[in-house]
Amino acid sequence: MNRRRQRKERVVITGIAGRLGRALARKLHRTHEVIGIDRRAIEHMPKDVSVERADIRRRRFEDVFRREQIDAVVHLNIMHNPRQDSSLHHDFNLVGTKKVFELCAEHQVPKVVVLSSANVYGPDPKNPQFLNEDAPLLAGTNFGAIRDLIALDMFCNTFFWRHPEIETVILRPVHIVGQVDNAPSRYLRLERPVTLMGFDPMVQVIHVDDVVSAIIRALTPGVRGVYNVAGPSPVPLSLLLDKLNRRPRPVPQAVLKAMLKMGWSLKLSDWPWPELDHIKYVCMVDDSAARSQLGFEPTRTIDDIVYDIQHRSL
Amino acid sequence: MSDLRDSIDQWFIDSFDPKLWEAIRTMDAGQNEHGYDPFGFHPDYLKYVGPFAQFFYNHYFRTEVHNIDRVPDKGRVILIANHSGQIAIDGMILGSAMLFDHSPPRMVRSMVEHWVPTIPFVSTFMARAGQVVGTRENARLILDREGCLVAFPEGVRGISKTFDRAYQLVDFGLGFMRLALETNTPIVPVGIVGGEEQMPSIYNLKSAAKLLGLPAFPITPAMLLLGPLGALPMPVKYHLHFGEPMTFEGKFDDEDRVIQAKVDVVKSAITDLLQEGLKERKGVFF
Repeated sequence: MNRRRQRKERVVITGIAGRLGRALARKLHRTHEVIGIDRRAIEHMPKDVSVERADIRRRRFEDVFRREQIDAVVHLNIMHNPRQDSSLHHDFNLVGTKKVFELCAEHQVPKVVVLSSANVYGPDPKNPQFLNEDAPLLAGTNFGAIRDLIALDMFCNTFFWRHPEIETVILRPVHIVGQVDNAPSRYLRLERPVTLMGFDPMVQVIHVDDVVSAIIRALTPGVRGVYNVAGPSPVPLSLLLDKLNRRPRPVPQAVLKAMLKMGWSLKLSDWPWPELDHIKYVCMVDDSAARSQLGFEPTRTIDDIVYDIQHRSL
Repeated sequence: MSDLRDSIDQWFIDSFDPKLWEAIRTMDAGQNEHGYDPFGFHPDYLKYVGPFAQFFYNHYFRTEVHNIDRVPDKGRVILIANHSGQIAIDGMILGSAMLFDHSPPRMVRSMVEHWVPTIPFVSTFMARAGQVVGTRENARLILDREGCLVAFPEGVRGISKTFDRAYQLVDFGLGFMRLALETNTPIVPVGIVGGEEQMPSIYNLKSAAKLLGLPAFPITPAMLLLGPLGALPMPVKYHLHFGEPMTFEGKFDDEDRVIQAKVDVVKSAITDLLQEGLKERKGVFF
Protein backbone atom coordinates (compact mmCIF):
# COMPACT_ATOMS: atom_id res chain seq x y z
CA MET A 1 0.00 0.00 0.00
CA ASN A 2 2.78 2.35 0.99
CA ARG A 3 4.67 1.71 -2.18
CA ARG A 4 1.61 2.59 -4.22
CA ARG A 5 1.23 5.85 -2.37
CA GLN A 6 4.71 6.94 -3.38
CA ARG A 7 4.08 6.94 -7.10
CA LYS A 8 1.18 8.34 -9.02
CA GLU A 9 -1.54 5.89 -10.00
CA ARG A 10 -0.96 4.53 -13.47
CA VAL A 11 -4.00 4.66 -15.77
CA VAL A 12 -4.30 3.23 -19.26
CA ILE A 13 -6.74 5.02 -21.55
CA THR A 14 -7.75 3.11 -24.65
CA GLY A 15 -8.99 5.25 -27.51
CA ILE A 16 -7.05 8.26 -26.27
CA ALA A 17 -6.97 9.90 -29.71
CA GLY A 18 -10.69 10.55 -29.63
CA ARG A 19 -12.08 13.82 -28.37
CA LEU A 20 -13.26 12.32 -25.13
CA GLY A 21 -9.99 10.44 -24.61
CA ARG A 22 -8.05 13.65 -25.11
CA ALA A 23 -10.26 15.59 -22.73
CA LEU A 24 -9.85 12.86 -20.12
CA ALA A 25 -6.06 12.69 -20.58
CA ARG A 26 -5.72 16.46 -20.17
CA LYS A 27 -7.62 16.37 -16.92
CA LEU A 28 -6.13 13.17 -15.56
CA HIS A 29 -2.41 13.67 -16.30
CA ARG A 30 -2.04 16.17 -13.45
CA THR A 31 -2.87 13.60 -10.80
CA HIS A 32 -2.19 10.31 -12.53
CA GLU A 33 0.40 8.77 -14.75
CA VAL A 34 -1.41 8.36 -18.08
CA ILE A 35 -0.66 5.83 -20.79
CA GLY A 36 -2.68 6.21 -23.96
CA ILE A 37 -3.39 3.63 -26.65
CA ASP A 38 -5.04 4.16 -29.99
CA ARG A 39 -4.72 2.83 -33.49
CA ARG A 40 -5.42 6.33 -34.81
CA ALA A 41 -2.79 9.10 -34.80
CA ILE A 42 -2.47 10.55 -31.33
CA GLU A 43 -2.01 14.32 -31.34
CA HIS A 44 -2.11 17.30 -29.00
CA MET A 45 -1.28 15.38 -25.87
CA PRO A 46 0.31 16.80 -22.73
CA LYS A 47 4.01 15.96 -22.66
CA ASP A 48 3.90 13.65 -19.68
CA VAL A 49 1.35 11.35 -21.28
CA SER A 50 3.04 8.35 -22.82
CA VAL A 51 1.31 7.11 -25.91
CA GLU A 52 1.37 3.89 -27.85
CA ARG A 53 -0.02 3.65 -31.35
CA ALA A 54 -1.48 0.18 -31.41
CA ASP A 55 -4.68 -1.70 -32.11
CA ILE A 56 -6.10 -3.06 -28.85
CA ARG A 57 -6.65 -6.41 -30.55
CA ARG A 58 -2.94 -6.80 -31.32
CA ARG A 59 0.03 -8.09 -29.36
CA ARG A 60 1.67 -4.73 -28.96
CA PHE A 61 -1.12 -3.76 -26.65
CA GLU A 62 -0.19 -6.60 -24.30
CA ASP A 63 3.25 -5.14 -23.78
CA VAL A 64 1.79 -2.13 -22.07
CA PHE A 65 0.56 -4.40 -19.31
CA ARG A 66 3.78 -6.44 -19.16
CA ARG A 67 6.00 -3.40 -18.78
CA GLU A 68 4.53 -1.90 -15.63
CA GLN A 69 1.90 -2.51 -13.01
CA ILE A 70 -1.31 -0.80 -14.17
CA ASP A 71 -3.68 0.58 -11.54
CA ALA A 72 -6.68 1.24 -13.74
CA VAL A 73 -7.93 0.97 -17.31
CA VAL A 74 -10.40 3.36 -18.85
CA HIS A 75 -11.80 1.68 -21.93
CA LEU A 76 -13.05 4.27 -24.41
CA ASN A 77 -11.92 2.61 -27.61
CA ILE A 78 -15.36 1.67 -28.80
CA MET A 79 -16.31 2.23 -32.39
CA HIS A 80 -19.49 4.13 -33.20
CA ASN A 81 -19.38 4.52 -36.92
CA PRO A 82 -22.53 3.50 -38.78
CA ARG A 83 -20.66 3.65 -42.11
CA GLN A 84 -18.10 1.09 -40.99
CA ASP A 85 -18.50 -2.46 -42.17
CA SER A 86 -20.57 -4.26 -39.56
CA SER A 87 -18.26 -7.28 -39.21
CA LEU A 88 -15.31 -5.01 -38.52
CA HIS A 89 -17.46 -3.01 -36.14
CA HIS A 90 -18.40 -6.16 -34.23
CA ASP A 91 -14.90 -7.53 -34.29
CA PHE A 92 -13.25 -4.36 -33.11
CA ASN A 93 -15.75 -3.66 -30.36
CA LEU A 94 -16.24 -7.16 -29.00
CA VAL A 95 -12.85 -8.72 -29.59
CA GLY A 96 -11.14 -5.50 -28.52
CA THR A 97 -13.13 -5.27 -25.31
CA LYS A 98 -12.57 -8.93 -24.56
CA LYS A 99 -8.85 -8.39 -24.96
CA VAL A 100 -8.89 -5.43 -22.60
CA PHE A 101 -10.66 -7.45 -19.95
CA GLU A 102 -8.49 -10.52 -20.42
CA LEU A 103 -5.39 -8.43 -19.89
CA CYS A 104 -6.88 -6.79 -16.82
CA ALA A 105 -7.68 -10.18 -15.32
CA GLU A 106 -4.27 -11.58 -16.19
CA HIS A 107 -2.29 -8.65 -14.82
CA GLN A 108 -4.53 -8.03 -11.82
CA VAL A 109 -5.55 -4.51 -12.72
CA PRO A 110 -7.79 -3.56 -9.80
CA LYS A 111 -10.08 -1.22 -11.72
CA VAL A 112 -11.72 -1.09 -15.17
CA VAL A 113 -14.02 1.69 -16.33
CA VAL A 114 -15.97 1.18 -19.55
CA LEU A 115 -17.88 3.86 -21.37
CA SER A 116 -21.08 2.32 -22.67
CA SER A 117 -24.03 4.55 -23.53
CA ALA A 118 -27.63 5.21 -22.52
CA ASN A 119 -28.47 4.48 -26.15
CA VAL A 120 -28.33 0.77 -25.36
CA TYR A 121 -31.77 1.09 -23.75
CA GLY A 122 -33.20 2.49 -26.98
CA PRO A 123 -35.90 5.07 -27.55
CA ASP A 124 -39.36 3.55 -27.36
CA PRO A 125 -42.92 4.80 -26.84
CA LYS A 126 -43.39 2.29 -24.01
CA ASN A 127 -40.34 3.53 -22.12
CA PRO A 128 -40.90 4.90 -18.66
CA GLN A 129 -39.81 8.52 -18.59
CA PHE A 130 -36.61 7.56 -16.78
CA LEU A 131 -34.94 4.19 -17.23
CA ASN A 132 -32.90 2.83 -14.38
CA GLU A 133 -29.89 0.55 -14.67
CA ASP A 134 -32.05 -2.58 -14.46
CA ALA A 135 -34.04 -1.73 -17.57
CA PRO A 136 -33.60 -4.22 -20.43
CA LEU A 137 -31.31 -3.14 -23.26
CA LEU A 138 -33.79 -3.08 -26.08
CA ALA A 139 -32.14 -0.71 -28.54
CA GLY A 140 -31.50 -3.59 -30.94
CA THR A 141 -35.22 -4.19 -31.45
CA ASN A 142 -35.43 -1.65 -34.25
CA PHE A 143 -31.82 -0.79 -34.86
CA GLY A 144 -29.63 -3.74 -35.77
CA ALA A 145 -26.38 -1.81 -36.04
CA ILE A 146 -26.33 -1.09 -32.31
CA ARG A 147 -26.35 -4.76 -31.30
CA ASP A 148 -22.60 -4.95 -30.87
CA LEU A 149 -22.73 -2.10 -28.37
CA ILE A 150 -25.41 -3.94 -26.42
CA ALA A 151 -23.39 -7.14 -26.53
CA LEU A 152 -20.38 -5.16 -25.33
CA ASP A 153 -22.30 -3.75 -22.39
CA MET A 154 -23.56 -7.23 -21.49
CA PHE A 155 -20.06 -8.67 -21.83
CA CYS A 156 -18.77 -6.13 -19.33
CA ASN A 157 -21.58 -7.11 -17.00
CA THR A 158 -20.62 -10.79 -17.12
CA PHE A 159 -17.02 -9.85 -16.45
CA PHE A 160 -18.21 -7.98 -13.42
CA TRP A 161 -19.56 -11.25 -11.99
CA ARG A 162 -16.75 -13.49 -13.13
CA HIS A 163 -14.05 -11.31 -11.62
CA PRO A 164 -15.32 -9.94 -8.33
CA GLU A 165 -11.75 -9.03 -7.38
CA ILE A 166 -11.68 -6.38 -10.12
CA GLU A 167 -13.76 -3.26 -9.66
CA THR A 168 -15.65 -2.96 -12.93
CA VAL A 169 -17.55 0.25 -13.59
CA ILE A 170 -19.86 0.58 -16.58
CA LEU A 171 -20.97 4.11 -17.32
CA ARG A 172 -23.99 4.73 -19.50
CA PRO A 173 -24.00 8.44 -20.28
CA VAL A 174 -26.79 10.15 -22.22
CA HIS A 175 -26.04 12.02 -25.48
CA ILE A 176 -22.56 13.49 -25.05
CA VAL A 177 -22.33 16.95 -26.57
CA GLY A 178 -19.75 19.72 -26.74
CA GLN A 179 -16.45 19.33 -28.51
CA VAL A 180 -16.97 15.74 -29.50
CA ASP A 181 -17.48 14.27 -32.91
CA ASN A 182 -20.56 12.14 -32.46
CA ALA A 183 -24.06 12.02 -33.92
CA PRO A 184 -25.87 14.23 -31.37
CA SER A 185 -23.12 16.86 -31.44
CA ARG A 186 -23.12 16.95 -35.21
CA TYR A 187 -26.91 17.17 -35.27
CA LEU A 188 -26.95 20.14 -32.90
CA ARG A 189 -24.30 21.86 -35.03
CA LEU A 190 -26.51 21.84 -38.12
CA GLU A 191 -27.77 25.29 -39.05
CA ARG A 192 -31.10 23.91 -40.22
CA PRO A 193 -31.59 20.47 -38.64
CA VAL A 194 -34.50 18.34 -39.76
CA THR A 195 -37.02 17.37 -37.12
CA LEU A 196 -39.97 15.02 -37.18
CA MET A 197 -43.17 16.96 -37.69
CA GLY A 198 -45.37 16.69 -34.63
CA PHE A 199 -42.74 15.12 -32.37
CA ASP A 200 -40.78 16.91 -29.72
CA PRO A 201 -39.44 14.46 -27.14
CA MET A 202 -37.76 15.39 -23.89
CA VAL A 203 -34.02 14.83 -24.24
CA GLN A 204 -31.08 14.57 -21.89
CA VAL A 205 -27.67 15.78 -22.95
CA ILE A 206 -24.41 15.89 -21.04
CA HIS A 207 -21.37 18.04 -21.59
CA VAL A 208 -18.19 16.16 -22.40
CA ASP A 209 -16.44 17.73 -19.38
CA ASP A 210 -19.06 16.27 -17.08
CA VAL A 211 -18.49 12.84 -18.63
CA VAL A 212 -14.80 13.27 -17.90
CA SER A 213 -15.49 14.04 -14.26
CA ALA A 214 -17.87 11.06 -14.03
CA ILE A 215 -15.05 8.82 -15.31
CA ILE A 216 -12.66 10.29 -12.74
CA ARG A 217 -15.25 9.66 -10.03
CA ALA A 218 -15.52 6.08 -11.24
CA LEU A 219 -11.77 5.64 -10.67
CA THR A 220 -12.27 6.14 -6.93
CA PRO A 221 -11.30 2.93 -5.09
CA GLY A 222 -14.34 0.97 -3.92
CA VAL A 223 -16.66 2.10 -6.69
CA ARG A 224 -18.11 -0.64 -8.89
CA GLY A 225 -21.28 -1.35 -10.84
CA VAL A 226 -23.40 0.07 -13.62
CA TYR A 227 -24.28 3.74 -13.57
CA ASN A 228 -26.48 5.89 -15.77
CA VAL A 229 -24.91 9.30 -16.16
CA ALA A 230 -27.00 12.32 -17.10
CA GLY A 231 -26.40 16.03 -17.39
CA PRO A 232 -28.76 18.91 -16.55
CA SER A 233 -32.49 18.28 -16.19
CA PRO A 234 -34.22 17.20 -19.40
CA VAL A 235 -35.63 19.69 -21.89
CA PRO A 236 -37.69 19.33 -25.05
CA LEU A 237 -35.60 18.98 -28.20
CA SER A 238 -37.27 22.12 -29.58
CA LEU A 239 -36.06 24.19 -26.63
CA LEU A 240 -32.50 23.08 -27.22
CA LEU A 241 -32.70 23.98 -30.92
CA ASP A 242 -34.37 27.25 -30.04
CA LYS A 243 -31.61 28.22 -27.64
CA LEU A 244 -29.07 27.41 -30.33
CA ASN A 245 -30.94 29.76 -32.72
CA ARG A 246 -31.45 26.92 -35.13
CA ARG A 247 -34.25 27.02 -37.67
CA PRO A 248 -35.47 23.42 -37.76
CA ARG A 249 -37.12 21.94 -40.80
CA PRO A 250 -40.03 19.80 -39.68
CA VAL A 251 -40.59 16.92 -42.11
CA PRO A 252 -43.39 14.33 -41.93
CA GLN A 253 -42.13 11.02 -40.68
CA ALA A 254 -42.73 8.95 -43.83
CA VAL A 255 -40.98 11.54 -46.00
CA LEU A 256 -38.02 11.89 -43.66
CA LYS A 257 -37.62 8.13 -43.44
CA ALA A 258 -37.59 7.85 -47.23
CA MET A 259 -35.16 10.77 -47.45
CA LEU A 260 -32.76 9.21 -44.98
CA LYS A 261 -32.91 5.81 -46.65
CA MET A 262 -32.12 7.40 -49.98
CA GLY A 263 -29.49 9.69 -48.47
CA TRP A 264 -27.87 6.70 -46.82
CA SER A 265 -27.58 4.65 -50.00
CA LEU A 266 -26.34 7.63 -51.98
CA LYS A 267 -23.88 8.37 -49.16
CA LEU A 268 -25.28 11.86 -48.71
CA SER A 269 -26.23 11.21 -45.12
CA ASP A 270 -24.62 9.17 -42.36
CA TRP A 271 -27.78 9.02 -40.34
CA PRO A 272 -29.21 5.47 -40.15
CA TRP A 273 -32.98 5.87 -40.32
CA PRO A 274 -33.81 3.71 -37.27
CA GLU A 275 -31.99 6.35 -35.23
CA LEU A 276 -34.84 8.73 -36.08
CA ASP A 277 -36.48 7.34 -32.97
CA HIS A 278 -34.07 9.48 -30.96
CA ILE A 279 -35.90 12.60 -32.11
CA LYS A 280 -39.25 10.88 -31.75
CA TYR A 281 -39.45 8.98 -28.46
CA VAL A 282 -37.94 9.34 -25.03
CA CYS A 283 -34.81 7.48 -24.02
CA MET A 284 -33.95 9.15 -20.75
CA VAL A 285 -32.20 7.66 -17.75
CA ASP A 286 -32.55 7.85 -14.02
CA ASP A 287 -29.13 8.95 -12.77
CA SER A 288 -29.88 8.80 -9.05
CA ALA A 289 -27.43 5.93 -8.46
CA ALA A 290 -24.59 7.94 -10.02
CA ARG A 291 -25.51 10.88 -7.83
CA SER A 292 -25.74 8.96 -4.59
CA GLN A 293 -23.06 6.28 -5.03
CA LEU A 294 -20.54 7.94 -7.34
CA GLY A 295 -21.15 11.35 -5.86
CA PHE A 296 -21.42 12.64 -9.40
CA GLU A 297 -23.12 15.98 -9.99
CA PRO A 298 -23.19 17.58 -13.45
CA THR A 299 -21.85 21.13 -13.41
CA ARG A 300 -22.57 22.24 -16.96
CA THR A 301 -26.05 23.68 -17.50
CA ILE A 302 -28.05 23.68 -20.73
CA ASP A 303 -26.89 27.25 -21.33
CA ASP A 304 -23.23 26.27 -20.94
CA ILE A 305 -23.75 23.47 -23.41
CA VAL A 306 -25.49 25.80 -25.87
CA TYR A 307 -22.66 28.32 -25.54
CA ASP A 308 -20.06 25.66 -26.18
CA ILE A 309 -21.77 24.30 -29.28
CA GLN A 310 -22.21 27.79 -30.69
CA HIS A 311 -18.77 29.17 -29.95
CA ARG A 312 -16.41 26.24 -30.24
CA SER A 313 -16.17 24.40 -33.49
CA LEU A 314 -15.27 20.75 -33.75
CA MET B 1 -46.01 35.52 -38.55
CA SER B 2 -44.94 35.82 -34.94
CA ASP B 3 -47.46 38.67 -34.46
CA LEU B 4 -50.24 36.41 -35.64
CA ARG B 5 -49.03 33.72 -33.30
CA ASP B 6 -48.89 36.12 -30.40
CA SER B 7 -52.39 37.34 -31.01
CA ILE B 8 -53.69 33.77 -31.22
CA ASP B 9 -51.94 32.96 -27.96
CA GLN B 10 -53.43 36.08 -26.42
CA TRP B 11 -56.90 35.02 -27.55
CA PHE B 12 -56.43 31.71 -25.76
CA ILE B 13 -55.20 33.44 -22.62
CA ASP B 14 -58.09 35.92 -22.71
CA SER B 15 -60.53 33.03 -22.55
CA PHE B 16 -59.54 32.68 -18.90
CA ASP B 17 -60.40 34.87 -15.98
CA PRO B 18 -57.10 36.79 -15.52
CA LYS B 19 -56.73 35.73 -11.89
CA LEU B 20 -57.38 32.10 -12.73
CA TRP B 21 -54.87 32.17 -15.58
CA GLU B 22 -52.26 33.73 -13.33
CA ALA B 23 -52.82 30.98 -10.77
CA ILE B 24 -52.59 28.26 -13.42
CA ARG B 25 -49.56 29.75 -15.13
CA THR B 26 -47.61 30.07 -11.92
CA MET B 27 -48.58 26.76 -10.32
CA ASP B 28 -45.83 24.58 -9.02
CA ALA B 29 -45.81 21.15 -10.61
CA GLY B 30 -42.09 20.55 -10.19
CA GLN B 31 -40.88 22.34 -13.31
CA ASN B 32 -37.18 22.95 -13.92
CA GLU B 33 -35.60 26.34 -14.63
CA HIS B 34 -36.81 26.13 -18.23
CA GLY B 35 -40.43 25.70 -17.18
CA TYR B 36 -40.75 22.00 -18.03
CA ASP B 37 -41.27 19.10 -15.69
CA PRO B 38 -39.48 15.81 -16.51
CA PHE B 39 -42.49 14.54 -18.43
CA GLY B 40 -42.56 17.60 -20.69
CA PHE B 41 -45.45 19.33 -18.94
CA HIS B 42 -45.50 23.12 -19.20
CA PRO B 43 -48.40 25.00 -17.52
CA ASP B 44 -48.33 27.64 -20.25
CA TYR B 45 -49.63 25.08 -22.75
CA LEU B 46 -52.81 24.70 -20.76
CA LYS B 47 -54.01 27.86 -22.46
CA TYR B 48 -54.66 25.86 -25.61
CA VAL B 49 -56.95 23.55 -23.69
CA GLY B 50 -58.63 26.45 -21.88
CA PRO B 51 -61.48 27.53 -24.18
CA PHE B 52 -62.45 23.95 -25.00
CA ALA B 53 -62.27 22.70 -21.42
CA GLN B 54 -64.03 25.73 -20.00
CA PHE B 55 -66.84 25.48 -22.53
CA PHE B 56 -67.56 21.88 -21.68
CA TYR B 57 -66.92 22.24 -17.99
CA ASN B 58 -68.90 25.44 -17.36
CA HIS B 59 -71.49 25.64 -20.09
CA TYR B 60 -72.15 22.30 -21.68
CA PHE B 61 -71.99 20.08 -18.61
CA ARG B 62 -72.47 22.91 -16.03
CA THR B 63 -70.30 21.01 -13.58
CA GLU B 64 -70.89 21.36 -9.87
CA VAL B 65 -68.26 20.32 -7.33
CA HIS B 66 -68.91 19.25 -3.76
CA ASN B 67 -66.20 19.31 -1.09
CA ILE B 68 -63.36 19.76 -3.54
CA ASP B 69 -61.35 21.30 -0.69
CA ARG B 70 -60.95 17.79 0.68
CA VAL B 71 -58.20 17.31 -1.89
CA PRO B 72 -55.03 18.53 -0.14
CA ASP B 73 -53.43 21.69 -1.55
CA LYS B 74 -50.08 20.05 -1.93
CA GLY B 75 -48.33 16.77 -1.52
CA ARG B 76 -48.89 13.44 -3.19
CA VAL B 77 -52.43 12.21 -3.64
CA ILE B 78 -54.33 9.75 -5.83
CA LEU B 79 -57.87 10.56 -6.94
CA ILE B 80 -59.91 7.41 -7.45
CA ALA B 81 -63.19 7.81 -9.33
CA ASN B 82 -65.90 5.83 -11.05
CA HIS B 83 -65.63 5.65 -14.83
CA SER B 84 -68.73 6.01 -16.97
CA GLY B 85 -70.44 7.35 -20.05
CA GLN B 86 -69.10 5.44 -23.09
CA ILE B 87 -66.57 8.17 -23.87
CA ALA B 88 -64.11 9.12 -21.19
CA ILE B 89 -65.08 12.73 -20.61
CA ASP B 90 -65.07 12.26 -16.86
CA GLY B 91 -61.28 12.39 -16.76
CA MET B 92 -61.28 15.75 -18.48
CA ILE B 93 -64.06 17.04 -16.21
CA LEU B 94 -62.17 15.96 -13.10
CA GLY B 95 -58.95 17.51 -14.39
CA SER B 96 -60.77 20.75 -15.20
CA ALA B 97 -62.36 20.83 -11.75
CA MET B 98 -58.97 20.63 -10.07
CA LEU B 99 -57.72 23.50 -12.24
CA PHE B 100 -60.77 25.76 -12.26
CA ASP B 101 -62.44 25.09 -8.91
CA HIS B 102 -59.66 24.00 -6.60
CA SER B 103 -57.63 26.75 -5.04
CA PRO B 104 -54.72 26.72 -5.59
CA PRO B 105 -55.14 24.95 -8.94
CA ARG B 106 -53.66 21.46 -9.02
CA MET B 107 -52.53 19.67 -12.11
CA VAL B 108 -54.09 16.24 -12.31
CA ARG B 109 -51.77 13.83 -14.04
CA SER B 110 -53.45 11.01 -15.86
CA MET B 111 -51.98 8.00 -17.52
CA VAL B 112 -52.35 7.52 -21.24
CA GLU B 113 -51.96 4.45 -23.43
CA HIS B 114 -48.47 3.75 -24.68
CA TRP B 115 -49.43 4.25 -28.32
CA VAL B 116 -50.16 7.93 -27.66
CA PRO B 117 -46.48 8.93 -28.08
CA THR B 118 -46.49 7.40 -31.57
CA ILE B 119 -49.04 9.86 -32.97
CA PRO B 120 -47.59 13.08 -34.36
CA PHE B 121 -48.76 16.32 -32.68
CA VAL B 122 -50.93 14.37 -30.24
CA SER B 123 -47.80 13.03 -28.59
CA THR B 124 -46.32 16.48 -28.07
CA PHE B 125 -49.60 18.04 -27.07
CA MET B 126 -50.40 15.36 -24.51
CA ALA B 127 -46.98 15.64 -22.94
CA ARG B 128 -47.13 19.44 -22.71
CA ALA B 129 -50.61 19.25 -21.20
CA GLY B 130 -49.39 16.96 -18.44
CA GLN B 131 -50.41 13.49 -19.62
CA VAL B 132 -48.04 10.67 -18.86
CA VAL B 133 -47.49 7.28 -20.48
CA GLY B 134 -49.01 4.67 -18.20
CA THR B 135 -46.20 2.68 -16.64
CA ARG B 136 -45.66 1.80 -13.00
CA GLU B 137 -42.37 3.70 -12.92
CA ASN B 138 -44.02 6.85 -14.23
CA ALA B 139 -46.84 6.64 -11.69
CA ARG B 140 -44.33 6.19 -8.91
CA LEU B 141 -42.27 9.12 -10.12
CA ILE B 142 -45.29 11.42 -10.21
CA LEU B 143 -46.12 10.55 -6.62
CA ASP B 144 -42.50 10.78 -5.50
CA ARG B 145 -42.52 14.29 -6.93
CA GLU B 146 -45.60 15.05 -4.78
CA GLY B 147 -47.99 15.10 -7.72
CA CYS B 148 -51.70 14.45 -8.01
CA LEU B 149 -52.57 11.33 -9.95
CA VAL B 150 -56.00 10.25 -11.13
CA ALA B 151 -56.98 6.65 -11.73
CA PHE B 152 -60.17 4.94 -12.79
CA PRO B 153 -59.71 1.42 -11.48
CA GLU B 154 -62.75 0.16 -13.36
CA GLY B 155 -60.93 0.83 -16.59
CA VAL B 156 -62.69 0.48 -19.88
CA ARG B 157 -65.19 -1.98 -18.43
CA GLY B 158 -66.60 0.88 -16.40
CA ILE B 159 -67.06 3.16 -19.37
CA SER B 160 -68.70 0.67 -21.65
CA LYS B 161 -71.33 -0.82 -19.38
CA THR B 162 -74.97 -0.59 -20.49
CA PHE B 163 -77.49 1.73 -18.87
CA ASP B 164 -79.25 -0.93 -16.81
CA ARG B 165 -76.09 -1.10 -14.71
CA ALA B 166 -75.68 2.68 -14.35
CA TYR B 167 -73.92 3.75 -11.14
CA GLN B 168 -73.09 0.16 -10.25
CA LEU B 169 -69.37 -0.17 -9.93
CA VAL B 170 -67.70 -3.02 -11.78
CA ASP B 171 -64.61 -4.77 -10.38
CA PHE B 172 -61.75 -2.48 -9.38
CA GLY B 173 -58.20 -3.18 -10.44
CA LEU B 174 -55.76 -3.54 -7.56
CA GLY B 175 -52.80 -1.66 -9.00
CA PHE B 176 -53.67 1.72 -7.52
CA MET B 177 -53.78 0.34 -3.97
CA ARG B 178 -50.37 -1.31 -4.28
CA LEU B 179 -49.03 1.98 -5.63
CA ALA B 180 -50.60 3.95 -2.78
CA LEU B 181 -49.17 1.57 -0.17
CA GLU B 182 -45.75 1.55 -1.75
CA THR B 183 -45.49 5.34 -1.99
CA ASN B 184 -47.46 6.06 1.18
CA THR B 185 -50.01 8.17 -0.68
CA PRO B 186 -53.46 9.21 0.57
CA ILE B 187 -56.42 8.33 -1.64
CA VAL B 188 -59.31 10.72 -2.25
CA PRO B 189 -62.42 8.88 -3.50
CA VAL B 190 -64.49 10.77 -6.05
CA GLY B 191 -68.07 10.00 -7.06
CA ILE B 192 -68.90 11.35 -10.51
CA VAL B 193 -72.65 11.74 -11.03
CA GLY B 194 -74.04 12.61 -14.45
CA GLY B 195 -71.71 10.72 -16.74
CA GLU B 196 -73.93 7.67 -16.99
CA GLU B 197 -76.72 9.66 -18.61
CA GLN B 198 -74.61 11.42 -21.25
CA MET B 199 -74.80 8.41 -23.55
CA PRO B 200 -77.12 5.82 -22.12
CA SER B 201 -76.15 2.63 -23.91
CA ILE B 202 -78.95 0.15 -24.38
CA TYR B 203 -76.85 -2.43 -26.15
CA ASN B 204 -73.18 -3.07 -26.68
CA LEU B 205 -72.75 -4.20 -30.27
CA LYS B 206 -69.70 -6.34 -29.65
CA SER B 207 -69.28 -7.53 -33.23
CA ALA B 208 -69.00 -3.95 -34.52
CA ALA B 209 -66.62 -3.08 -31.71
CA LYS B 210 -64.40 -6.01 -32.63
CA LEU B 211 -64.48 -5.01 -36.28
CA LEU B 212 -63.46 -1.44 -35.51
CA GLY B 213 -60.98 -2.42 -32.82
CA LEU B 214 -62.91 -0.48 -30.18
CA PRO B 215 -63.44 -1.64 -26.61
CA ALA B 216 -67.22 -1.28 -27.05
CA PHE B 217 -69.74 -0.13 -29.61
CA PRO B 218 -72.68 1.35 -27.69
CA ILE B 219 -76.12 1.74 -29.20
CA THR B 220 -77.94 4.69 -27.63
CA PRO B 221 -81.51 5.95 -28.14
CA ALA B 222 -80.08 9.23 -29.43
CA MET B 223 -78.15 7.37 -32.07
CA LEU B 224 -81.28 5.59 -33.23
CA LEU B 225 -83.10 8.92 -33.52
CA LEU B 226 -80.38 11.26 -34.76
CA GLY B 227 -77.91 8.96 -36.47
CA PRO B 228 -74.25 9.90 -36.17
CA LEU B 229 -75.18 13.14 -34.36
CA GLY B 230 -76.45 10.98 -31.55
CA ALA B 231 -72.90 9.90 -30.90
CA LEU B 232 -72.35 13.23 -29.17
CA PRO B 233 -72.83 13.18 -25.42
CA MET B 234 -76.01 14.78 -24.12
CA PRO B 235 -75.64 18.00 -22.10
CA VAL B 236 -76.21 16.38 -18.72
CA LYS B 237 -75.18 18.11 -15.52
CA TYR B 238 -72.07 16.72 -13.89
CA HIS B 239 -71.68 16.60 -10.13
CA LEU B 240 -68.33 15.71 -8.59
CA HIS B 241 -68.45 14.53 -5.00
CA PHE B 242 -65.11 14.37 -3.23
CA GLY B 243 -64.71 12.17 -0.18
CA GLU B 244 -62.37 12.48 2.79
CA PRO B 245 -58.76 11.45 2.09
CA MET B 246 -58.11 7.85 3.13
CA THR B 247 -54.74 6.47 4.12
CA PHE B 248 -53.89 2.80 4.12
CA GLU B 249 -51.12 0.89 5.78
CA GLY B 250 -49.58 -2.46 5.03
CA LYS B 251 -47.29 -4.25 2.65
CA PHE B 252 -47.70 -3.23 -0.97
CA ASP B 253 -46.72 -6.67 -2.22
CA ASP B 254 -49.20 -8.56 -0.08
CA GLU B 255 -51.53 -11.20 -1.47
CA ASP B 256 -54.36 -10.07 -3.74
CA ARG B 257 -56.86 -11.07 -1.05
CA VAL B 258 -55.41 -8.58 1.44
CA ILE B 259 -55.15 -5.79 -1.13
CA GLN B 260 -58.67 -6.54 -2.34
CA ALA B 261 -60.05 -5.88 1.14
CA LYS B 262 -58.47 -2.43 1.12
CA VAL B 263 -59.68 -1.72 -2.40
CA ASP B 264 -63.20 -2.64 -1.27
CA VAL B 265 -63.04 0.10 1.35
CA VAL B 266 -62.35 2.68 -1.37
CA LYS B 267 -65.00 1.13 -3.58
CA SER B 268 -67.65 1.36 -0.90
CA ALA B 269 -66.65 4.98 -0.19
CA ILE B 270 -67.27 5.79 -3.85
CA THR B 271 -70.56 3.89 -3.79
CA ASP B 272 -71.65 6.01 -0.81
CA LEU B 273 -70.64 9.23 -2.59
CA LEU B 274 -72.59 8.15 -5.67
CA GLN B 275 -75.72 7.22 -3.70
CA GLU B 276 -75.60 10.49 -1.82
CA GLY B 277 -75.07 12.41 -5.04
CA LEU B 278 -77.93 10.66 -6.81
CA LYS B 279 -80.24 11.41 -3.89
CA GLU B 280 -79.22 15.06 -3.81
CA ARG B 281 -79.52 15.91 -7.47
CA LYS B 282 -82.80 17.29 -8.74
CA GLY B 283 -82.64 16.02 -12.28
CA VAL B 284 -80.37 14.70 -14.97
CA PHE B 285 -80.06 18.05 -16.75
CA PHE B 286 -80.34 20.45 -13.78
